[in-house]
Amino acid sequence: MEATRPGQRRGWLRFAPAVTLLLFLGPVGAGLVGAVLPAFGYLPALGGDGPSLDPWRRLAAYPGTGSAVGMSLWTGLAAATLSFTLTTGFAAACHGTRLFRRMQRLFAPLLAVPHAAFALGLAFLLAPSGWLLRVLSPWATGYQWPPDIALSPDPYGLNLILALVVKETPFLFLMTLGALAQVPADRTLAVARGLGYGRATAWIKAVLPLVYRQIRLPILAVVAFSVSVVDVALLLTGSTSPTLAILIMRWANDPDLAFQFVAAAGACLQLGVALAAILAWTGGERLVARLGRRWVMDGARGGAEGAARIATALTVAVAGVGVAALAAMGVWSVARRWRWPDALPSEWSLGNWAGFSGMAGGPAATTLIVGLVAAVIGLVLVLACLEAEDRAGRRPTSRALWLLYTPLIVPQVAFLFGAQVLLLGLGLEGTWGALIWAHLLFVLPYMFLSLSEPFRRLDPRYARGALCLGAGPNRVFWRIKLPMLTRAVAIALAVGFAVSVGEYLPTVFAGGGRITTLTTEAVARAGGGDFRVIGVFAVLQAALPLIGFLLASILPGWLHRHRRGMREGL
Amino acid sequence: MRDVTAPVPLTLEAVTIAIGGRPLFAPLSLTVPPGGVVTIKGASGSGKSTLLSHLCGTLAPDFTATGRASLGDSPLDGLPPEHRRMGILFQDDLLFPHLSVGGNLAFGLPAGLDRAERAGRIATALEEAGMVGFEARDPATLSGGQRARVACLRTLLAEPRALLLDEPFSKLDTALRGRFRAFVFEHARARALPTLLVTHDPSDAEAAGGPVIDLEFA
Repeated sequence: MEATRPGQRRGWLRFAPAVTLLLFLGPVGAGLVGAVLPAFGYLPALGGDGPSLDPWRRLAAYPGTGSAVGMSLWTGLAAATLSFTLTTGFAAACHGTRLFRRMQRLFAPLLAVPHAAFALGLAFLLAPSGWLLRVLSPWATGYQWPPDIALSPDPYGLNLILALVVKETPFLFLMTLGALAQVPADRTLAVARGLGYGRATAWIKAVLPLVYRQIRLPILAVVAFSVSVVDVALLLTGSTSPTLAILIMRWANDPDLAFQFVAAAGACLQLGVALAAILAWTGGERLVARLGRRWVMDGARGGAEGAARIATALTVAVAGVGVAALAAMGVWSVARRWRWPDALPSEWSLGNWAGFSGMAGGPAATTLIVGLVAAVIGLVLVLACLEAEDRAGRRPTSRALWLLYTPLIVPQVAFLFGAQVLLLGLGLEGTWGALIWAHLLFVLPYMFLSLSEPFRRLDPRYARGALCLGAGPNRVFWRIKLPMLTRAVAIALAVGFAVSVGEYLPTVFAGGGRITTLTTEAVARAGGGDFRVIGVFAVLQAALPLIGFLLASILPGWLHRHRRGMREGL
Repeated sequence: MRDVTAPVPLTLEAVTIAIGGRPLFAPLSLTVPPGGVVTIKGASGSGKSTLLSHLCGTLAPDFTATGRASLGDSPLDGLPPEHRRMGILFQDDLLFPHLSVGGNLAFGLPAGLDRAERAGRIATALEEAGMVGFEARDPATLSGGQRARVACLRTLLAEPRALLLDEPFSKLDTALRGRFRAFVFEHARARALPTLLVTHDPSDAEAAGGPVIDLEFA
């Protein structure tokens, strides 16, 4: 007698996970090799036939490399720690309250707005001629004219940290929400509070350990991202206190091609910095876990309430800063005359929009097309991987799918630099295909993060029932699973699109300067200093993803408007 | 209703299901004649539902099944679920929330019928359930009893050759339960379907009237 397992099928679909992984890991690996080889003096196109340690020597000798590494680690770890602390404190203090739900509605759109747009908005707020000083002057500051200081002296990178916290707190909060849905949070909280624990203390002692495991990967992605971010750092750090990522960009763009080798060594160093940051974080995890276990078991019923309340206030403040930054760029985009220190423009006009639409039209169309194509390709690949996993059961290739998150952990600067060398060699730099692929590297992991949970949570009995009614697996997929997942699919598309719109570095490297998007244009124009032009670009850049999320939240409900069972959850 | 194939019995020969090499129950052999009902009783966790998913071909990959199951002369083992023609009803009605009542029933109907024929069969089925004109209704607006009947009709419209009942009555209240049970058994008998019922409720077994097998732990 033979053991049978008819659930398994043969077909092209079972290769989907492997193909997707190859498509993604291959180039990331090649990109890293493309950075490592020049770092050791091997780059024949520029006369480097290594092996040599010369690039490293020059990197070490470069004035400021050391302090840039310190700056990267400080700003990145501070931003990640603050974001995580605020998120946790807020969730602990407000779980289940009305404020909790309100913040959810406020954070989702904040998350959709690209980093660069936020950084520009913050600059509008914090610059010497920005909103903050306008509102405070002259009555509080005594300034009759904008103070004559550089945009950001900021030797401690506080602007950068603030910008990262404004973006990362919503991200971690929404990830926490997703995790809370997967664990018995409400019941655990009820039990702990029944034992006499205060609201926040109960949450941190009983719920956080369940939730943390689920959001660990997004947190590590935040850590790695924060220590290696390029666009926000370009916009918000002073020229005298750059992070390592900024130095690498300077070297890579240096007219003296010999600096390419230094840039390559810097890219490798950046990888090391990201790994060091992750190691520091996991070390911190272990320490906190150890101390935390003792605290959990000491029986104290309160203790976290006050801190959680402070975190709540700060979280609300962070959301406020985010909204104010968005408002600042909106106001600038329709300002005609705005004298210092008036709190609002004295003359308003839509002329900026009419005047700059010629400038912004091309990049806006490119942004839209690349974003849509990347999101659709990403959706197809994610669905193919998840469906293959579902049909085959969790097998090694699908278990290896977490490798898809590699591009979120490995710093962009580190492998995009090498990938550009690769693209140049293949003659693909500056092509649409290269650009879309480069975006997919980041679009796909976030789409997977967004869609895998709803897909795996779909009640398998619907599909089984449909199979028993005589429908083949493909029909079940198209007619049952996909329509039941309409909402999740729409959200995933919006996520993918928003990620693509926000990509700066991949666009710079793969676009080769020939293809520009709203993001690269906005960053490039930030140096120009005309707040009205920057305002138009920043608003456009923020508006596209927001429209995407708006559609994703309205369309599925409208499509299923006659089906009450489709309104919630799914 | 048209049925091109003559009624056949459902036969199990020494069927066991194991997880991690450990069998869930002692080898099971039984024959359900066309139009007959066999009831399998067992505590929760005894593997009754797992047995039914094995017969449908939707056993999770962690399980291994041995033994033979066949409909008449044709073996079931190894066939993909959609080719087995085993109708199954679960504890929950599992009506597809994105389809109308008519859409749910149409999903059950075999392909290759023309439009008028499809509409006609759906209308007839709804009439049998006392739900004339319910085609365009949202399943979420139906009562529990109506949903249960639509689920049953959807299964029957797929022209199954055997019926598997995975405690489909257990979530209904007592009054509804008796009526729906009668509805299901009546339709199964009218189509001469061999019916395998798993339950932990003695009243179900009693109403089924056929032999009762206790699923023993291996």
